[in-house]
Formats: sequence, structure tokens, C-alpha cells
Amino acid sequence: MASIPGSARVVVIGAGIVGNGMVYHLARLGWRDIVQIDKGPLPNPGGSTGHASNFIYPVDHSREIASLVRDSVEQYTELGVFTQSGGYEVARTPERMEECRRRMSSAKAWGVPAAIETPEQIAERVPFLDPDVILGGLWSPTVGVVDSLRAGTIMRERAVEMGALTVAANVEVTGLDVEKGRICRVRTAAGDIEVDTVVVACGIWSPMLAEMAGAHIPLMPSVHQMISVGPVPQLAERPGEISFPIVRDMDAFCYERQHGADMEVGSYAHQAILHDPETIPSIDQAKLSPTEMPFTADDFDPQLEQALELMPEVLGAEGAEIRYAINGLLSLTSDGLPVLGETPEVAGLWSAAAVWIKEGPGVARAVAEWMTHGSSEIDVSASDIARFAPHQRTRAHVRPRASEGFIKTYGIVHPGEQWSGDRGVRLPPMYAQQQAAGGSFVEVVGWERPLWYESNAGLLERYGDQVMPREHEWDARWWSPIINAEHLAMRDNAGIIDLTAFTIFDVVGPGAMEAVQSIAVSQCDVGIGRVIYTPVLDATGHFRSDLTMMRLAHDHYRVVTGGSHGGIDVKWFTDHMPADGSAAVVELTSAFTTIGIWGPRSRDILSGLTRADLSNEAFRFGTCATIEFDSIPALASRISYVGELGWELYVPLEQGARLWAMLHEEGRPHGAVSVGNGVYSTTGRIEKGYRAYGPELDGERTIVEAGMQRPRVKVADFVGRDAYVAQREQEPKAVLSTLTVDDHTSASGMKRYMLGGEPIRARDGSELIDGHGHRPYVTSAGSAPSLGRHVLLAYLPPAEAQIGNELTVSYMEELYPVTVGSVDSTSLFDPSNERIKS
Amino acid sequence: MTDVLVCLKRVPDAAGEITLSGDSMSIDARHVGYTVSAHEEAAVELAVQIADETGGSATAVSLGSGDAVEQLRNALAVGCSAAVLLEADAEAYGPADVAEALAAVVRDHAANGTTYDLLLLGNDAADSGDFQVPIRLAYALDRPVVTGISTVEIEGDHVTARGRGTEGPEIYEVPLPAVVAVMEGGVSPRYPSIRGRMKAKKVKIDQSEPSLQPAGNGRIKLVLPPAAPSKVEILGEGPEAATAVVDLLVRLGVAR
Repeated sequence: MASIPGSARVVVIGAGIVGNGMVYHLARLGWRDIVQIDKGPLPNPGGSTGHASNFIYPVDHSREIASLVRDSVEQYTELGVFTQSGGYEVARTPERMEECRRRMSSAKAWGVPAAIETPEQIAERVPFLDPDVILGGLWSPTVGVVDSLRAGTIMRERAVEMGALTVAANVEVTGLDVEKGRICRVRTAAGDIEVDTVVVACGIWSPMLAEMAGAHIPLMPSVHQMISVGPVPQLAERPGEISFPIVRDMDAFCYERQHGADMEVGSYAHQAILHDPETIPSIDQAKLSPTEMPFTADDFDPQLEQALELMPEVLGAEGAEIRYAINGLLSLTSDGLPVLGETPEVAGLWSAAAVWIKEGPGVARAVAEWMTHGSSEIDVSASDIARFAPHQRTRAHVRPRASEGFIKTYGIVHPGEQWSGDRGVRLPPMYAQQQAAGGSFVEVVGWERPLWYESNAGLLERYGDQVMPREHEWDARWWSPIINAEHLAMRDNAGIIDLTAFTIFDVVGPGAMEAVQSIAVSQCDVGIGRVIYTPVLDATGHFRSDLTMMRLAHDHYRVVTGGSHGGIDVKWFTDHMPADGSAAVVELTSAFTTIGIWGPRSRDILSGLTRADLSNEAFRFGTCATIEFDSIPALASRISYVGELGWELYVPLEQGARLWAMLHEEGRPHGAVSVGNGVYSTTGRIEKGYRAYGPELDGERTIVEAGMQRPRVKVADFVGRDAYVAQREQEPKAVLSTLTVDDHTSASGMKRYMLGGEPIRARDGSELIDGHGHRPYVTSAGSAPSLGRHVLLAYLPPAEAQIGNELTVSYMEELYPVTVGSVDSTSLFDPSNERIKS
Repeated sequence: MTDVLVCLKRVPDAAGEITLSGDSMSIDARHVGYTVSAHEEAAVELAVQIADETGGSATAVSLGSGDAVEQLRNALAVGCSAAVLLEADAEAYGPADVAEALAAVVRDHAANGTTYDLLLLGNDAADSGDFQVPIRLAYALDRPVVTGISTVEIEGDHVTARGRGTEGPEIYEVPLPAVVAVMEGGVSPRYPSIRGRMKAKKVKIDQSEPSLQPAGNGRIKLVLPPAAPSKVEILGEGPEAATAVVDLLVRLGVAR
């Protein structure tokens, strides 16, 4: 057994592709006294890296994953272990051909080479593929294979050469000690290591390691079956490991990848087979390795037929036998994304888990940068471990979601598609009323939230074509014209919106003002009763969040932020509280429900329920106060995310149902209706050009690019101030702009409506490139029913960001004309904000 | 034209550390899955070769739970053309019971017109290691039997069976019908092809329950031997260690 030092600057647990990448990138960024531990032998300690298929497809609908993959391929190339083979995603059905066209959109948006090819073209490059079985496919020339074990060895050796790393193989971690909320010790079979920073890069074992410290890394070890068939004469006569493109048979949920004389067939078609981490065999108990479980032939049999159908000559070749077959374990998460970052439960305990070969080195670089600088060049906030609400860290949540996610690996996943497992677990107080009103529920961090209400179907007749009906099933999936009808009713009268999913937390204490002042870009030294909208930046001046705060007392701020990003915000604020303990963060999400009421009649409706003076003079925009509705005290905040006069009402959760009923009863004569999240998150917002964290604002965007700079920068220091001041002095490299679609008519004559993610191109269809070298794409898309237009937001190259500029959007491989309508945060609807301030 | 019946037993695929079940009556195969012994794999290969060469047939039979279908299908996938499952709790059957149940199958099939000229079995089971079933089966059917056999050749009305005995090579000429207990090492068992696997899936397995009342195996419980002490010898590091590695390989007989 290796000898290990008694203390270290950082301990990295795991020597798979991620752990090896971590030690290399930490060393490169200047870390020393790194100790890397693995319970298995090197270079293949027996985790998922050891049995990975090692091929990489660069096209992904997620920008974050596509960026990590691109970075990983660059790293693998530099390490000398990448072999470009090209790859196909072939389609057997018209639906899949359409998905290939949609993947073309993502390829173009992220600048990845790709093309749609005919069966004959495909058979030219893959002569043993039967073209009669397929309709066509997506050609990705930059697909390739890597030697991930070799890559790991090289990275590990480089860290050793830098004098930064001690490697301890065959050493099992037996405990992780925590003192005062911070990791302090790693216990191992070879002795203890005093350390205040630990990275868990243990793949499928990560949940067990995290549990030793009282933290959660929510992932599920899941089976991916694969077999290797050979020797195949057609493959054996070619030199090298791979000489034919890899084929993903998307509709059969399997792939065929040449490996020397063998053809490897892997499947994502079978029913998900999940293993609890505790039931994974030890190295000694396992036949091959702990992650190469006994093959269950019955699960794979249906796949054989389809694979043979596509490649009869190769897979059915004389003498070709199934020489290797495993149920390989890999990590699945509840949303399909990795689990990265410092755990919210234990300071200094970092997760770099649920990472696949395709993004491994990129993830390692990003997490190492994050540990070093507080942020990473590639924004990984969608993979931030702090995104999980407490219920999402439970195994009962991860298990059904991982099971559901497995089949999505090769599935056609609509951008609006909802998960069906572990639903109904966080219910707003007015849930019963929403159900009675035919709420069509979507989920936000577990909260059930109506996207629209079927009970409003009657409005369709009133508004006719103004609701902008969609003819194409894909465009109209997870959507309803009722959303647009609710929008119009809100603009005409009033809408009542459930906002229970908000994350709410207080910053309290004598140092509360200084604390929030140091985090927020906007001025927080304001009078009690003022509402502050503010971006939150990281040290490099990129968005960490945007949210609102209410000053409730001299030593008391209430922060309200989106549910999906709430956990990350809570952690960011907590991490930035003063060291002297003069301010603290207290989460209150489960204490309050929030009900929004907006529209020209909202003042009249509320005035009928409260004796408070709600006149424009008495209750100004941007202020808050506690008012009474019967015996319900409500914190009312006059702001709007939909561009209307109105209030957010914060009331104790247990009184939410009553207030919901009172508002509807009082509002009915005024024409008020329940309005779903379709209006709140999309139509109302996009009509007003409001940016959303995630689509528009993220760790790679600046205030200046987003067109959100105020005339002056506040004097008080805050995180990212220096960078922000510098950004203001420079010309932006991209400009967030609002565009409208001029003509929706496709070649077939059917009108098509973009959903987001599509590339923006010049009128002639040629590529546009911004100052970052990025291509513009639609960050948000949606109906603007009051304008009668379909609106798109996109960061454009500054030269293209001119009002009236005529461009195109590429949707399913057809170009549609668009025109730039706004190049800053000025909205297309009610640009002077008269409604909000009326 | 030789019709061969090859007998299989579903056993845990234990390779590394063995774990016992809670009641210590069997091996816990959770982590390793199930297989047939290497002897039986060789027996299947021989059966398929004989069937191919003589234009006969190879039938696989197993006594075990419904899960043993997996092992029968694996045999079908590499060239057996029929399979028989005697569905029973294998743990309740001792070697005498198994031999009797197999003999009943041979007699039944003969009564229905299929006479197996050659019965192939593994020399001994990988899990219980009884070394009894082939001999008991031969006795029950009043057939000659040879054990420890690596290769077989059919020559007219007899089989030439070769094995490696403690004293040197052993060659037997045995008149058919006969029973042969096979040891691994004489042939390389083939892996299934995809087409073979698909064909195997379509074969209907003849399933029945044995009619006899098993006497049992008399097992009280299984005991794990104490872990053998493992010794690690560092031969050296880097290129300098090459000579020592070569010496070791020569000593082990892997290299010359």
C-alpha cells in the first residue's frame, strides 16, 4: 500500500478521467501539495472510465455541454490521444430526420461542423451500412475516439512532473471528517490526511463518499449494455483502431463503433437498470471490474436484431462472435447534467461527478478554475451542484428521474418536455383551486406550476387570431394558445399568477446592508420599503444571478429569486457573508407563497380587498409595504416582470389558498383571470424585453452586452466592480437584441414558430460571428400577443445590432426573415413603461 | 450421424472473492452473474463440432430453476439445436437425483424416437464439485463411461476419447452409445455470433418437471476457506525491471 502524506493542500479522490484531469489542471493553476487517492490500481482503477466506449459527438443541444465537449476535444488532441473518425446519427423515421435538422440548428449555433446527408452518401462512407433501412442522417465530421486511460495517465504524470502531486493507488478512503461545516480530514486505509479542500471525482461511488461527510452528490449508477463483435474481416483489413465513422442508430437507441477488428454495439434502448451505490461489488468481488457487471443477455436481445438489420454484412460476418459483453455502469443524474461545484452542505468539499468521457477534461478545467478563481471560463452553472433543492438530493427523486433520463440519451426531447417521475412533491397552497381550474402543470424545482389554465379556453373565442395559433405539432407541443389568450386578458384587465416557486431568503443582522451592498451591482443603501432589482456578478464581471431585494428594516433585506436558480443564489450569498458574522442568510422559501396580480384593473381589485391606499402617489413603483387583506398580512411589492401595473403579494404559505380565492372572487367582475407561467416566463416577459437568468444572462455574459448598464456605477465596492467598470469602457463584443419574425411561412406553406436555440444568420443565410468568435443564436423565443409578433432575443455581433437590420433565423434547416427591433433593454411593447408606472 | 446430449448446470460465475448467501447454503452471485463451468463450455463445443461433422444434432439439457434458460440459450446460440429444461430447485437435488432425472430424459426421448448416441457432461460441477453425475448417469443407463476427457472423435460405432491423465496421455475407444465427462483444455469454446444469438431466441425450450422425489445432497452448509495469504513481490520499476519480468514469465512457463 502506498504511503501517504499526513497533510495536503487538496485531496482529489478518484483516478478516472475526471480525477486525473483535476490534478493536472489544479497543478497547472498553481496548486501544490495535491494528493490523489484511488482505491483501485492504476492506470485503470476499475471505474467507468475503464470500460467507456471513448467516442465523442460534439453536437449537443446544451451550450454548456457543447462547450465542455469542445474544450475536452482540444485537450485530448493536445494530449495526443484523439483520433478523428467522423460520425453519423442516422434516422429511420421522419420524426428523427426532423430531429437531425434540429440538431443542425444546435450545430450551427455552437459552430460545430455538421451536415444532413442522404442514405446513399452515408453508405459511401460506411459501406457495410444498409441504406434501405434509413432515411438519412446527421454527419458530424469532427466526431472522434480517445484513449481516456492514456489521457488520464499523461495528465497525472504532468502534475507529478510539476512537483505538485503525490499519487496513492490501492488506497481506500474510509471517512471524511467535518469540523464547523468545513472538511478537515480524509481518513484512509493507509492513514489520515489533514486537508481543507477535497474533490470527489469518484463517478458512481461519489454519493457514498459525499455521505461520509454528510453531503449529497445525487446520482445513480446505471447500466449501459455493450457487446463487442469480431473479428470482422471488413474491419480487420483496415489499419489502426478506427477507420470508419461511428454510427449512432438513433431510432434503435444504439451505436456501432469500430474498435480494431471488432464492432462494438452499445445500447440505450433497454429499460433502465439502476444500482444503488452500496450494491456495487468491491474490486475483489467483481469478475472483471466493479463497473463491468454481468451481462444480462435478455435485455440486449431486441437490440441485436436492429443492429444486424442496419449492418448485416459486418455484424453477421462469418466468424464474427460476441467476444465481450458487459453491463457497464455509468452515472446518471436527475436532469442529465453533471454534478459540479462545492457542496452546499460542507465547505471545501467539491464534487466533480456524473461526468462522461466526452466532457471530462473540460469539466476538470472548469472546476479547477472555479476552485482557483471563483468562476470558470466556460459557464457551468447548469451543472452546479447547488441547483438541487433538498428533495432533489434524495434517492427517491434521483432513481425515477435517472430511469426516465436513460431513454432520453438517444431520445427526441422537446425543449418543453416535462419529467414524469417524482412529480407532485411540492404543492403550492392554491393547488386544489388550480387543479379545479384545469391547470396544465409544469415543474419548477419540484413545485407544480400551471403553464396555463384550461378553464380559460373560453377566452380563445374572444381573442380569435390574436392568440397566434400554431399549426405544427412540434411548435405547439407543451404549449397552448390559451397562454396567449391569458396574456391578452391580463393586458386588458388583470391576471392572477402563482409565484410560489420563488426562492426567498433574508439577509439579516447589523451588517446586512454592507453584506448585500458587497454582492449586488445596484445601490442597496436605500430607504426601508424600497425594492431593488440587481444583477449579481462574479469577480470577472459576468452574471452570477439577477434578482430583487426588498429592504424591510435597517438590518433586514428580503431576497427573491427564481426557483430554478435559487439554491445557487442562497449558496452565493451565504459564501459572501461577512467573516465577522455580522450578517446571516436565512432561507424562507417554504414559509411564503407569492401571488402576483398585474393588469390595468389590478389596483381596483386590490383596493376592494384592503383599506391600504394603493394610489400611484401613495404606493410608488419600486416600493413595498405590508398591507392587510382581511386577516392576511401581505408584503406587497410593486414591481412587474410582465410590464403591467401590479403587485407581488408575499403571504404565509398557509394563507395562500384563501388569498387566491379572495383575489379571484373580487377580480371576476373586473375580468381578472388566472394566468399561468406561460405568460409570466415567456410572453409577458419577452414583450417587455426582460432578460432571464439562464437563457440571456449567465457566467459568460456581461451587463454591457446585455444592454442593462445604468448611467453610473455605484461607488461602494461589490464583487465584479473592477471588471464591470472596465467593461463599460470597451465596445461590447456582442449586443443583446430583440428581433421579430417577419414571415413564418415554411416551404411547405405551414407557418412555423421558433422555440429557442436557433442560429441567427445574415439575410443571405451566411454565418455571423461576434467579438467572442461565437455565432448568434436565439436565447428566448415566444409570442408577443399584444404586438401580434413572434419575438426572439439574441446576442448579435455589434455591427448587426442596428434597429431595422434584416437578418434570418434558421429553423429546421429553413431560413425565415427577421428584423432587429431593439438593441438594448428598450421593450417593443410599451417602451416608455407607462403601464407599469400608471 | 451422431445425436449428442450435453448436460449443463447453471452456476455462479465466481472469479474473485466468493460471497456466500445469507444461509450459507449457496454462493451469492449478485455481483458476478451465472454461467456454466469451463468443462461444460468445452462439452458444448465438442457436442456442436460432432453434430456438425456427423450431420447429427446437439441438444442441451439442464436441471435447474427457470433462470437456467439463460444457460440453455447460450448453448443454443453457439450451435445446439434443441434444449430441455428440467425445472426444479437444483439445490434440493443431490448428484444421484440429477443422474436419475437425466437418465429419465434419455429414456423418454428414446421412447419418442430420439436416441442420444453420446452424452457429454462436465467432469465435475463448478460449484458443488461432486464428480458423480457422469458415472451415476452411465450406470443408470447401463452405458460405458470415461472421465477426464479433452477431445472426442466419432469413428463409426465408437468414440475415441482422449484425456491427459496423471501418468500421461490417455486414449479410450468406447462403443456407442456412451457417456463422456469432459475436462476443459482440449478445445476452445466459441463465442456466440449475433445470428446465433437471434436463432437461439426463437428456439422453443422443452420444459418439464422431473417426476422423481429428490433425496437431496446432504449439504449442511458451505464454509469459506480462510483467505489465502497473498504475497506481493516488487520486481523493480521502469525499463530496468524488464529482465526480471522475462525471467518470471519463463519460470511460469508463459514464455520461453
